[in-house]
Amino acid sequence: MKESTLPRRLQPGDPEIDFSRRERRLEEIRSQAQTGRVDDVGVRPSGSPIPQASIATGYYRIPMLKEPQWSWEIPVYFFVGGAAGAAAVVAQFAQMTGAKAEIVRDARTIAAIGSILTPALLVSDLGVPSRFLNMLRVFKVQSPMSVGVYIVSGFGPAAVLAKVANYLRNNGSGAMLKLFESASGFLSALFGLGMATYTGVLIGATAIPVWNENIDSLPIHFALSGLGAGVSALQMMGHEDSRALNMLGIAASLGETMEGAKLEMAFKPANTPLKTGVSGVITRLGGVLSGPLPLALRLAAAFAAERRSRQLIRAASAATIAGSLLTRMGWVRAGHASAKDYRLPLQIDSEQRPSRATESLQIESTRAQFPESATR
Amino acid sequence: MSTVTGFLTDSTLCIGCKACEVACKEWNDLGDDGLNWSGFSYDNTGALGHSTWRHVKFVEHAPELGHGGNSPELASWTFSSDVCKHCENAGCLEACPTGSIVRTEFGSVYVQPDICNGCSYCVVACPFGVIQRNKEDGRAFKCTFCYDRQKAGLTPACAHACPTESIKFGSLEELRVEANRRIEDLHDRGMHDAILYDPVDTSVGGLHAFFITRGDPRQYNLPPRPEIPTVYARQGWKSAAIGAGMLAVGTLLALLGGGKR
Repeated sequence: MKESTLPRRLQPGDPEIDFSRRERRLEEIRSQAQTGRVDDVGVRPSGSPIPQASIATGYYRIPMLKEPQWSWEIPVYFFVGGAAGAAAVVAQFAQMTGAKAEIVRDARTIAAIGSILTPALLVSDLGVPSRFLNMLRVFKVQSPMSVGVYIVSGFGPAAVLAKVANYLRNNGSGAMLKLFESASGFLSALFGLGMATYTGVLIGATAIPVWNENIDSLPIHFALSGLGAGVSALQMMGHEDSRALNMLGIAASLGETMEGAKLEMAFKPANTPLKTGVSGVITRLGGVLSGPLPLALRLAAAFAAERRSRQLIRAASAATIAGSLLTRMGWVRAGHASAKDYRLPLQIDSEQRPSRATESLQIESTRAQFPESATR
Repeated sequence: MSTVTGFLTDSTLCIGCKACEVACKEWNDLGDDGLNWSGFSYDNTGALGHSTWRHVKFVEHAPELGHGGNSPELASWTFSSDVCKHCENAGCLEACPTGSIVRTEFGSVYVQPDICNGCSYCVVACPFGVIQRNKEDGRAFKCTFCYDRQKAGLTPACAHACPTESIKFGSLEELRVEANRRIEDLHDRGMHDAILYDPVDTSVGGLHAFFITRGDPRQYNLPPRPEIPTVYARQGWKSAAIGAGMLAVGTLLALLGGGKR
């Protein structure tokens, strides 16, 4: 072994030494190790300092609340239920006001399909089908989930019966069938109004800050979203030229634009997940697709030639349906993000939150002496 | 003849031995909650959950020479055994759509496992983040207040195993009196930051498992103002009625205005 290949250890005062700050620091560490006396904190290893519980960090920033444990079926359920509920309302009023029979027929179809899908999605989330029945053994007015189960259970049969009656009436005739369709259709519209709105109460009446603090606007927001999706689905079935449906589509997208603007302008800490992160992207994309974009397309369609107008309406409808689904997914995701934020339920001011690297006061003195090392 | 019972968990007496966690797991036959190294003091449990019904928190502060433990000057390290609070008005109980969650004759909040259907609405309704759904089983679980042991006249497993009587079990009324006496005693001894955590002035209306802690309860992950979320439902239904009204009137007007098309 040749002595010369090993790097020669530099001595203080050696002309070859690089007296950069880092080299000086190494010398300092060495002398501190020799004397056993550490005068100041040095470079902090990754993850340091040791986490401490404090009024600013809560309990090590461990979220106090539990995240929602719903699977993917639930946001889809919110979307399908909203669209189907609104479609049932449209079907009933269309029948009552003597609108085109095709509109009534197709709206009843959407409501019926949705009314079968919704309990299927709920059962799928519960895992064991018979577990759904456990919810029918009691009725608790104070629990939005319990009220909702009865809305779903009432909506299903009513919407399916109305569709069956409508089908039989279109393929034959009978005054009795018309009465039957009116009665079941009325019930399905009544439950449909619940379907389109109750999900807002359901997530609003929880401990999740972003949902709870928006409980006043959530049911209205979801009703408009459901109306937009229901009407759009109906228009996609070949009713682009219906004046009534176009008016409804404009109203729904106008309402959603206003709801979106309201959320964007509300600067409260609980609303952060609606504006940042993945949930923020989804919510905002959903907001644009169900608010301003279809509104602009629908207004343009009103002044366009007939063929162009149809295309614009179809585009607006597709955007609204996608937007409605994304809105529900965004809100559910925002609930997850909100539950993970330890600050909100503990009422810790966001401004107080120190970053992990600058947590202790000691680091300030480090930074003053070793600006490079403090920034790593 | 049963009386309403309660837990008084006194963190000034807790030594962080986790005997309560172990006793709870053994008695209730709970699964493990992961073998994870958290780096948060000596707490590798983290939080209560479906398989963790007692959880010892290690509240560690910046160490200061000459201070520590239960010295009156500075609480540099305190331990507190967390548990389901068995709220006087329980968010989970109100929200449960199956009636699975009930109030027992001991005043505790109990989840009947044969009725729970796993809707997980209680999970988001608990203002303390206690109850959780077991993803494999599908149902929700939390502390039973050892309903089985209490039925047999025994003390809950955690209180029984506690070596310092940091976990006190007894009649709720008597424990409240004892807690206030203990707070006075601690204040007399110079621990002026000792508090009783029992939010009686919120919609929760007080706890059946309350805590004596030192300093701000937020560092123990205890919320300053817990509310049972179902109290907001009335407000929500009001907006739902407005939304439904808008939907119905709007649809009717559009169809009337739109004519036959």
